[in-house]
Amino acid sequence: MTAPAAPAAVAIALTVNGELVEAQVLPRLNLADFLRDQLALTGTHVGCEHGVCGACTVRLDGDIVRACLVLAVQADGAAVETIEGLSDSGEIEDLQAAFRDRNALQCGYCTPAMLITAQDLLLHQPRPDRATIREHLSGNYCRCTGYHAIVDAVESAARARAGRGRGAGS
Amino acid sequence: MSGARDNPPGLSVLDRPNSYIGRSVPRPNLARLLQGRGEYVSDMVLPRMVHVVFVRSPHAHARILEIDTTAAKAMSGVVAIVTGGELAELVSPWVGVLSHLKGLKSAPQHAIAIDRVCWQGEAVVAVVAQSRAAAEDAAEVVVVRYEELDAVTDMRTALDAETAVIHPELGDNLAFERRLDAGAVDQAFAAADEVVEADFVFGRHTGVTLESRAVVADWSAGDQRLTIYQGTQAPHMVQNIAAKHLGLAEAQVRVVCKDVGGSFGIKVHIYADEMATYGLSKLLRRPVKFVADRIESFNTDIHARDHICKGRIGVSRDGTIIAFEIDDLTGIGPYSMYPRTSAIEANQVVNLVGGPYTTANYRARARVVFQNKNVTCQYRAVGHPIACSVTEGLVDLAARRIGMDPVEIRRRNLIRDDAYPCASPSGLRFEALSHHAALDKLLAMMDYDGLRAEQARLHKDGVHRGIGLASFIEVTNPGAAFYGVGGARISSQDGVTVRLDAAGSVICHTSITEQGQGSESITAQVVASALGVGMERVRVVLGDTDATPYGGGTWASRGAGIGGEAALQSAKALRGNILAVAAAILQARPEALDIADDAVVDAGGGERRIELSELARIVYFRPDTLPPGFRPELVATRHYVPREYPFAFTNGIQAASVEVDTVTGFVKLLAHWAVEDCGTIINPQLVDEQIRGGVVQGLGAALFEHCIYDARGQLLNANMADYLVPMAAEMPDIAVGHVVSPTRESELGAKGAGEAGTAGAAAAVANAVNDALAPFGVTITEIPLTPKLVLSALGRI
Repeated sequence: MTAPAAPAAVAIALTVNGELVEAQVLPRLNLADFLRDQLALTGTHVGCEHGVCGACTVRLDGDIVRACLVLAVQADGAAVETIEGLSDSGEIEDLQAAFRDRNALQCGYCTPAMLITAQDLLLHQPRPDRATIREHLSGNYCRCTGYHAIVDAVESAARARAGRGRGAGS
Repeated sequence: MSGARDNPPGLSVLDRPNSYIGRSVPRPNLARLLQGRGEYVSDMVLPRMVHVVFVRSPHAHARILEIDTTAAKAMSGVVAIVTGGELAELVSPWVGVLSHLKGLKSAPQHAIAIDRVCWQGEAVVAVVAQSRAAAEDAAEVVVVRYEELDAVTDMRTALDAETAVIHPELGDNLAFERRLDAGAVDQAFAAADEVVEADFVFGRHTGVTLESRAVVADWSAGDQRLTIYQGTQAPHMVQNIAAKHLGLAEAQVRVVCKDVGGSFGIKVHIYADEMATYGLSKLLRRPVKFVADRIESFNTDIHARDHICKGRIGVSRDGTIIAFEIDDLTGIGPYSMYPRTSAIEANQVVNLVGGPYTTANYRARARVVFQNKNVTCQYRAVGHPIACSVTEGLVDLAARRIGMDPVEIRRRNLIRDDAYPCASPSGLRFEALSHHAALDKLLAMMDYDGLRAEQARLHKDGVHRGIGLASFIEVTNPGAAFYGVGGARISSQDGVTVRLDAAGSVICHTSITEQGQGSESITAQVVASALGVGMERVRVVLGDTDATPYGGGTWASRGAGIGGEAALQSAKALRGNILAVAAAILQARPEALDIADDAVVDAGGGERRIELSELARIVYFRPDTLPPGFRPELVATRHYVPREYPFAFTNGIQAASVEVDTVTGFVKLLAHWAVEDCGTIINPQLVDEQIRGGVVQGLGAALFEHCIYDARGQLLNANMADYLVPMAAEMPDIAVGHVVSPTRESELGAKGAGEAGTAGAAAAVANAVNDALAPFGVTITEIPLTPKLVLSALGRI
């Protein structure tokens, strides 16, 4: 058997957490591996590599996607946000605090993606009930917590945001 | 910290002012995990690091005829391609047996298969390359020719004369057998008003840690030392095994365990591919990284359960359970796992069946057989879910036979709360359990009578709801009886070193490990409480064999009970040392002083006498001002292992409420309750979340999780789309309650809590489903309770 000739790398340019990134990537490289291996953004975790566990969830042009199912070349020209960016900007500080206070994480491996998915829910539906929270998070596998604490944390963050909204005179 | 209470300090460490014991303080290590800044092994990069992938057997059982690596070696980026025979020169084989499991046998297992493969997924060739992608590319062009051999896949026929023997030198496929006969079983069954039997079937399932197994092995040719970065529950065990099989002194091996992406018993073993990675690093004199992909995880992470257990119960018409009998059969794959062996689960089943009850007549047989499937070994709650499902399934069957409510039959047979200490027919010794208090608490939490009324009401509308209960006992805080007496160098004691540093901060090194349970938190809580400092002053270091005291790690629900007590005693010892220094400085008697809120205070009035930071400054920088001859010592180490009882048994009870759709066969989980007695509760929130997480792993086993093999030994669903795990939408809220019966063997009084949830959840669900199906006159004693199984039982398919 002879190996096929290695395909040429492709130039891409995108913003990652607000910074412009230019890179040469092989066409087969997925976005999760690109973020982890080339940009050292290891908060994007790899769990199943076939789009089921949700651990590699990132934001791509505002929508959450599974970074293992997106090729890096597909992200050319896009804006990617990872857990590192969302942490540094403070956007999900309240969710992170709610997770901490409720011990809604144990090993922490699912947590970055869980937070990003929860934030996606709260951006689209500020006052979700528990069933809605469970449904929205049902593509993110957590082996440690049994989910109850995560649902509690998201629910309490949603309530707190709604309370703050009223307090601001809305 | 909250305000001081009025009780006098120093009497009991648990009652000291500002104690953190019993408080739900947040874990100190969460911020980095919440920000995606954890340090998991799969994230690690070292200079000159290369990646290994393994060519794995596609056959369950086959002879290796030829390996051709010519094309692969020519591939770009390839560093080395190594076969089993070549690696065997560096890594010696092992046999997974323990001497206290009498008669247990297994065959030598190599890091990479030599001549023959014994399960689908066994590694045949290691391919090392500059990147994982390059290694995977090269692995694809490695050519291996096999001659398929007969595969032993059905455990029920594994011992038949006509079945092939996997390891001919062992004589047969029986790895281990244990028999137990206590009381007068035959007379008891003869005297019983009713005898009920059933075959209980437990599907194979596995741990599915979200971070797969990962290791970076770094042989330093300069230092002649191997550093192993691995997400393991037992660093010192890994150190011992790696040294032994690589021909190194233990001091030449350092094991470092940082963040671990889930464990549950999956990462407490020594896997062949990990051993190969250690050997490859030594061979190539550079860091080698192995990260299992998801298919490899399903094919090589230990599986668990896979039991068929015949059960029998004898009962009087008044509800007295007079006998239990079981005949358990389990298939463990082609080798007994190393070094903890694959006979422990069956052994536990024998130990635990009937455990919550007063029944004195008990007979058991367990047989453990080899088969050409992936190995099974200890996964969360080892043996407990099987023993609990069999026991509690039989109890419900007996209750139904005599027309008694499931609660009533348990009330009549559970060991009385004032009967302790006592022992089980299998010889387990119980120090203090609380079955009846737990049952009462559970019934109140779930509103049992209200649920029964609702069930009856809905039944009239054609809604089939069921309620199931499951009492259980749980092995925690194991002493040397688990592994040490069998000759395994797996420590049952743990150690903690606590040190007061120059700025008054406290550094604590513990030999227990953290995989998310909260080991770091409970250690800091105990140390801060016993010492009298704020928790924010305490930094906990775990998971480094060069740095921490020697110890067992975190497994078998032992971290809080054993490591927590070591932390308590070391902090108390340091406190004594600090007070001796303070007494010398203040010209006071040590017993007139105490430590509170980061300062030495008067034991009587609580008046602040000297800040710990000032005391430490004097000790480290102005020792010349101390009295002549006085030698301050601001560090203390203590170790702990339970000695009086081989295990600290805990108990609990769970209940499930389910609805069965008799048209689709789907089981909907409506609610779940768990009451647990883990003794002293160090952090209520952490205990509750251990219970909840454990329950959901049990619910997965009850309804979804199943490693499905075909008759040729092919694992058909080795991916997360086809192997179903519990996700948020299907899981119920889980109510958790506690009864507290501290163990008096330790001052802390903590028992384990990590496995209780998994122990009873599947049994509660199965009983609830059978309760829902009772009007149809059918009973299912098999898990997972798939829609197909339910519809088959109902005769609909």
